[in-house]
Amino acid sequence: MNDMTPTREQREAALEGMGCKRKRVEDIRFTQGKGKYVDDIKLPGMLHGDFVRSPYAHAKVTKIDATEALKLPGVIAVLTAEDLKGVNLAWMPTLAGDVQMVLADGKVLYQNQEVAFVVAEDRYIADDAVQLVEVEYEELPVLVDPFKSLDPDAPVLRPDLDGKMEGAHGPRKHHNHIFNWSVGEEEATDKAFAEADVTVKEMISYHRTHPSPLETCQCLASMDKVTGQLTVYGTFQAPHVVRTVASLLSTIPEHKIHVIAPDVGGGFGNKVGVYPGYVCAIVASIVTGLPVKWVEDRMENLSTTSFARDYHMTTEIAAKKDGTVTALKVHVLGDHGGFDACADPSKWPAGFFNIVTGSYDFPVAHLSVDGVYTNKAPGGVAYRCSFRVTEAAYCIERGMDVLAQKLGMDPADLRLKNFIQPEQFPYNSALGWEYDSGDYPTAMHKAMDAIDYRGLREEQKAKQEAFKRGETREIMGIGVSFFTEIVGAGPSKNCDILGVAMFDSAEIRIHPTGSVISRMGTKSQGQGHETTWAQIIATEIGIPASDITVEEGDTDTAPYGLGTYGSRSTPVAGAAIALAARKIRNKAQMIAAHMLEVSEYDLDWDVDGFQVKGNPERRKSMKEIAWAAYHAPPAGIEPGLEAVSYYDPPNMTYPFGAYFCVMDIDVDTGVAKTRRFYALDDCGTRINPMIIEGQVHGGLTEAFAIAMGQEISYDAMGNVQGASFMDFFLPTAVETPHWETDFTVTPSPHHPIGAKGVGESPNVGGVPAFSNAVNDAFGFLGATHIQMPHDAWRLWKVAKDLGAHG
Amino acid sequence: MSEIENLPVTMTVNGKKVQRFVEPRTLLIHFLREELNITGPHIGCETSHCGACTVELNGMSVKSCTLFAAQADGAELNTVESMANADGTLSALQEGFRQMHGLQCGFCTPGMIMRAHVLLKENPSPTEDEIRAGISGNLCRCTGYQNIVKAIQYAAAKLNGETFQEAAE
Repeated sequence: MNDMTPTREQREAALEGMGCKRKRVEDIRFTQGKGKYVDDIKLPGMLHGDFVRSPYAHAKVTKIDATEALKLPGVIAVLTAEDLKGVNLAWMPTLAGDVQMVLADGKVLYQNQEVAFVVAEDRYIADDAVQLVEVEYEELPVLVDPFKSLDPDAPVLRPDLDGKMEGAHGPRKHHNHIFNWSVGEEEATDKAFAEADVTVKEMISYHRTHPSPLETCQCLASMDKVTGQLTVYGTFQAPHVVRTVASLLSTIPEHKIHVIAPDVGGGFGNKVGVYPGYVCAIVASIVTGLPVKWVEDRMENLSTTSFARDYHMTTEIAAKKDGTVTALKVHVLGDHGGFDACADPSKWPAGFFNIVTGSYDFPVAHLSVDGVYTNKAPGGVAYRCSFRVTEAAYCIERGMDVLAQKLGMDPADLRLKNFIQPEQFPYNSALGWEYDSGDYPTAMHKAMDAIDYRGLREEQKAKQEAFKRGETREIMGIGVSFFTEIVGAGPSKNCDILGVAMFDSAEIRIHPTGSVISRMGTKSQGQGHETTWAQIIATEIGIPASDITVEEGDTDTAPYGLGTYGSRSTPVAGAAIALAARKIRNKAQMIAAHMLEVSEYDLDWDVDGFQVKGNPERRKSMKEIAWAAYHAPPAGIEPGLEAVSYYDPPNMTYPFGAYFCVMDIDVDTGVAKTRRFYALDDCGTRINPMIIEGQVHGGLTEAFAIAMGQEISYDAMGNVQGASFMDFFLPTAVETPHWETDFTVTPSPHHPIGAKGVGESPNVGGVPAFSNAVNDAFGFLGATHIQMPHDAWRLWKVAKDLGAHG
Repeated sequence: MSEIENLPVTMTVNGKKVQRFVEPRTLLIHFLREELNITGPHIGCETSHCGACTVELNGMSVKSCTLFAAQADGAELNTVESMANADGTLSALQEGFRQMHGLQCGFCTPGMIMRAHVLLKENPSPTEDEIRAGISGNLCRCTGYQNIVKAIQYAAAKLNGETFQEAAE
């Protein structure tokens, strides 16, 4: 080879394939204000919709009078449930097997519930008209506390379910009961508890919060009455599912519905579900024949379109004296609000909460979850987590700390003692999952060394002594969290949404000149798919990532997929991409063999082309092969070079990580300062380390917010508290701690490229790390479990109640 | 509603003079987005907490969701659309955001860049704490801010003719 021939390393680097910190292609448009989000789209004649909402949490709606509103110039229509009944859309099915009112049908079940939909020529007029719609309510007793929902005399929230004692997930035992879901061996678990040396029991609550992406939920529906074509632009994490649901609800044939999710300004689970605003915009467009846009404001977003968590977990662990755990028993009371609109795979009423045995080798366990109705907004979405996995991780990681405290053991040592060992994988958990791979001790030791864990414990001890001597008013906590996630929903054998199996897809088309367009069934909301998907293809087929366009979110062009949430994109669509690319490479090999006049078995793949075995000078690059595929396809081989793959994963993937939080708390002000936060993640094969690190930073910031103050709470009347950014805690750059990231790599054995997914790990593992740090700080003063969120006021009160204020 | 006369407003937006009649209640963000089709500035809260709508108004950072268009009469106003270099390449700030992975979903980015742009005019060599305080009126839900801080440090170094050196983790 002469000096001008690029080396193998140079050719590899030119691809910008997997493992490379490739800069994002999306950033070119986003940094110039040229992103295209739903509210940036305008169509000729477009109208604007806005909701009349209930001020009451529970009330009969006795009268809706839109006379004055309709008199206002520019107001086109006011829709109520009565109008929607004409098209059979006053109610809609939820993803969880329940039904939900689109517009109040005789009553309202939570504050700010949608009562009427005003359609007007611009958003100002629509807002004016909302004020002019007169609604008469008759207040009903309000049920806010989920622990009172099953009282015999609790108010009846859902008269529509009167007499229906069989729900979507089995029998209901009370008028406010939704389901009971039980997993594991109850008898064997009780026996293990009876025989245990030590047991602990704690009611651990994970409060209600909200994903709150910076862009709210919005859509623009346009019905073309001439062609019968409905086009819907929307903030959708799962556009293909939205099309199917829209077709089922509207009876418009699915091929006549075109759903487009353009750039999406964050999702975090908020944009998975179907909300009344989407239905009303579509109906209004059908009625008026004009495009109708619906844009949520922030208060509407925080108080109506989905919430997350609100799980109250009574957690019991049985153990031997030496700390070996022998059994886990958890009962969850899940507050689902007025309708069960959880966004879980259909057969999983509590998501994958049965990952609650975590990273530990529990021989036996039992889990029981009861879902109940209250007068709060519906939802129960996976806020940057796989379905209910964050709740499960918080439950077990807090529980292990409670046990460590009772045993007088170091929480890190207790975890090390009980880890599932590397040789136990694939590991069958007591609650029914098959963990694919993991090396927990290596990750834990790496993390403990990195932060000098033993040294920190020494420092903490000295500080506690100094506190007792009255020399300082600051206490120090070290939060330990070792989480195992379950992501990549999911295998068709157990995962579907409304009957559609949770596969995902990729289509790759090579152009004659060797550049590429590829489309997937997923939808990025900031994850950078346009960058990373191209990296997978680049490595698999040897075409530079810069020559590969990635498109998502248009249901007319992309293959069907279940979308992006629950860290499923890389485990499912990532696999489909690799397999579609390999189909192309297989065909390319046949073409190359023809071009080089050898048997295809005599060819080796080499970075960006095929070469003859033992004679690497004779080679054909993918670019040459692509041209041949269109210019002179060999006899017997179809022209062209493209492939599609639908991937049904054989199993979930199980990312894990070791997180440590070091915190100092001033007992007189309750102000907590995170001195250090170290996050080690193992997400298997790493496609773009820069993007992984960014995902971890963002997820940790959300975890910090949730643990330290972010909350959607209600007063006794069911008034939602904190539904604006004035009250709902979103940290600024000032409060947000500095993040240290690290990693180990344990590839998934069943995934084509060994990747496991990472987006949600930091939220899942981060919350227990923060909360454990708070609890660890107060432990020596006598605290056993302090409920989140840990804002300064609450921590001040904890200190006061523990007698720390003298 | 009583009939209120529309007001004439004139301003220079991204170097171009514009003249319109607006309803007195028209918010500046809606004027930019709906009337002028300048959709870089975004709406995240409408209560001036999130900063996605941040623009540069007469050299100051302003949240355009809580200012009437009429209040900006006569102003020099710049949005993120004016930030790229004359030859179409990314400016130092835009390049910093890209190089340091200072954005993910991109929704806060136009406001964040406009705030950083004015911040670096106010203080060309800010410390990390000064950057964090300086952008504390702009919320980001994706990045955790760490890489935004680096992006601004990158731009500051570049604008000061220095080489950007990333602090060791």
